[in-house]
Amino acid sequence: MTPTPRPPAGLVAPPSRLLETILDDVWGVGLDFLADLLGVEMLASPFMQRAYLAAVCVAVIGPVVGSFLVHREMAMIGDTLAHSAFAGVAAGLFVNAAFGTTVPPLATALVVAAIAALLVQALVDHTGAYRDTSLAIVLTGSFAAGSVLVTATDGGIAVGINAYLFGSLATVSRANVGVLLATSAVVTVVVAAAYRPLLYVTFDAVGARAAGLAVGRYNRLLAVLTAIVVVAAMQIMGVILVAALLVIPVATTTAVTGFKRALVAAVAAGQFATVTGVTLSYLYDVAAGGTVVLVAIAGYAAVTLAAGVRRRLTTSRR
Amino acid sequence: MTGVVDARGVTFGYADRPVVENVSLTVAAGAFLGLVGPNGSGKTTLLELLIGLRRPDEGSVRLFGEPAHAFDDGERIGYVPQDVATANDEMPVTVAEVVRMGRYPHRWFRRFDDADRRAVQRALDRVGVADIADRRIGHLSGGQRQRVFIARALAGEADLLALDEPTVGVDAESREAFYELLHELNDEGLTILLIEHDIGVVTTHASEIACLNRELFFHGDPDAFVETDALAEAYGGAQGVVHHEH
Repeated sequence: MTPTPRPPAGLVAPPSRLLETILDDVWGVGLDFLADLLGVEMLASPFMQRAYLAAVCVAVIGPVVGSFLVHREMAMIGDTLAHSAFAGVAAGLFVNAAFGTTVPPLATALVVAAIAALLVQALVDHTGAYRDTSLAIVLTGSFAAGSVLVTATDGGIAVGINAYLFGSLATVSRANVGVLLATSAVVTVVVAAAYRPLLYVTFDAVGARAAGLAVGRYNRLLAVLTAIVVVAAMQIMGVILVAALLVIPVATTTAVTGFKRALVAAVAAGQFATVTGVTLSYLYDVAAGGTVVLVAIAGYAAVTLAAGVRRRLTTSRR
Repeated sequence: MTGVVDARGVTFGYADRPVVENVSLTVAAGAFLGLVGPNGSGKTTLLELLIGLRRPDEGSVRLFGEPAHAFDDGERIGYVPQDVATANDEMPVTVAEVVRMGRYPHRWFRRFDDADRRAVQRALDRVGVADIADRRIGHLSGGQRQRVFIARALAGEADLLALDEPTVGVDAESREAFYELLHELNDEGLTILLIEHDIGVVTTHASEIACLNRELFFHGDPDAFVETDALAEAYGGAQGVVHHEH
């Protein structure tokens, strides 16, 4: 009898070992060092280290995808897909409660949000419905489905749903950080690869079609990327507020000249909002999602005000 | 006879409302076709049919010898949409970024090489926007924006330039300079399809005129057009032609 061959460690371990390397050896050690240097204990807690890593990830992918949405005046698609992701979470929790399965709610959220993304795009393409009308239908429809599913059980799942509605740092487990890192990498790579088609479609959709581009395909790609970002960021931001991450950092930096530079600046604005927001949320024990959004809006207001003052100064000097 | 564009019996409608009916016309390489007609006469739709953005309900359009709707050699067509003078104000793209888009059909995914960068620089120089390459497109005047879109087409080394009322919202002086530029580009061999509401401009600069009001009322050279009643018939009333002299 031959011993059962064990799978070579290298084949199974990479994802978890990669996560270990990134989360513990690089990120953890770096923040520990920073904690020592600055004397800030918060940075050394593993819980906050995970929260900060999640904050950095969502503030990269949110503005990266949002830059293309905002400039096609589709800012509200993020909100729509977030609400359909909520329906997906509710569906997952419902299935688990009803059949005793252990489907991760984030997986069902991703599936439902991606389907909703394609549905919205199909509505826009084929029915000629106005964009905001089709968005409103899908948004309210999926939230309605979610609320019905939540109340269809004994109420046990209604407790868990709060974390998804408003977001919570407590839900950022090691596994969730791993998933978030992987999705962030995928979204960033896909946007980098499809940057030119996405930019052309965003700037001049008719011109892109004349240039031989399959515009519909890139519209669907952008919609699905949005769904992925929304589901990834939903854990800390919450369903209701997650769309802010796609929109506010981009709005803050539209004054930067050059699309690529504005996109990078939007990521920086997003980092400021999420890192500051997560810190304040921890220090004052308030909701993370809401704090991040308020910081982002404060940043937007400050930048807009500063631009206005500068414009007034330059005109009065003349 | 086959040309750059070859339309045969083209009919197109939205729902049950016919917009273009039984139009046949051929545009030879190197032509400068001015497309005129009253508002709502189907000019934009015809232009979109000719460059393959729409598929005719009946009839056929061939673009560079291929069915237009299936034509995917995007870099051969430069398209200047109707509302460039006013659209996309908020988007932070620069002039250089827009002109680089002209190279995208050659390089949707691969890196730009030296030839691409040279083509972009040449295009910026050719239409005289190199000095504003780093400005935001939204901060330019209508006339400057038009030039940028032409540069985008030139960067792609397009063989056919399609423009839909390109000088709406552009001041008179810039318009004149813009048509001079189109004229020069046409002399250098670029085929041009131009929709223009100012018939005087078209009869001055175009080498041939197509007059449309759902059906094609006239297709021929500008001098003959001025002498016929096609214009009055298409517009359904008296219409004077101002022929600009230079």
